[in-house]
Amino acid sequence: MAFVPPARHLLRAKDLADSRYFERLDVDDLAAAAGLSRAHFSREFKLAFGDSPHAYLLTRRLERAAALLRNTDRSVADICLSVGLVSVGSFTTSFTRMFGKPPTAYRASYPPAALQARVPTCVLRAYGRPQHRTFREDNGAAAP
Amino acid sequence: MIKVANAQLWVHDQDEALEFYTRNLGWEVRSDVTVPELGNFRWLAVSPVGQEDFSVVLMAIPGPPVFEAETVEQVRNLMGKGAAGTVFLNTDDCRASYEELKGRGVEFIDAPEERPYGIDASFRDPSGNQIRMIQVAA
Repeated sequence: MAFVPPARHLLRAKDLADSRYFERLDVDDLAAAAGLSRAHFSREFKLAFGDSPHAYLLTRRLERAAALLRNTDRSVADICLSVGLVSVGSFTTSFTRMFGKPPTAYRASYPPAALQARVPTCVLRAYGRPQHRTFREDNGAAAP
Repeated sequence: MIKVANAQLWVHDQDEALEFYTRNLGWEVRSDVTVPELGNFRWLAVSPVGQEDFSVVLMAIPGPPVFEAETVEQVRNLMGKGAAGTVFLNTDDCRASYEELKGRGVEFIDAPEERPYGIDASFRDPSGNQIRMIQVAA
């Protein structure tokens, strides 16, 4: 049987946090992925990667949430859910602790995301034209 | 200095496309903003983790006043025939990526195959756009 370094199991859990953070994962799920008891897992994970699994998962989620706040016009509640968190209240508390300001204030400290929409000029021009035009071309009568 | 910033793909449904590119492919949202006064034009851009200076824009086919109904139909037909757009991806390990993406629910058309230039696989997004995934030969 090939030797598998113990860290390989921890890496599986870390990869799960990185790739599926937007699902309702918690530390118990990560521990299960590593095949270890929760207490043993948390201890080993922190030794191997420098962060507790809870902190690792949370920071992955908060980093994504910050990017979504800067780059989209989605609501804070929507962003909270799309990074795999359930409670908007605790999301706001954790976010504020990490970034020094609450989600809406953080978003406001960046240029509005709306500026990022590279609207093609064909779209702009199409909406810029008046809709009801009468050029009296067809039969001399004005269009309705 | 001029660099390519975005590539555009037509999609039938931006929410459906977003689900596929983020949940199934594991890409990240780079931008998602909607402009209500332009018929809710939505700029939705995604790219792989770690590639922030380039993103694929998943664009809905606009109706009037931008595209007439006939044009919309033409675009839809091209998409249906698989003649719309293709995106080419590079991967360090085609077979590993293939297993990983299959595990995430991606349906492949071509399983990894040896070609002169490397190992090549392909799949489609929900709108039928082809995505080729290539491990370039060393």
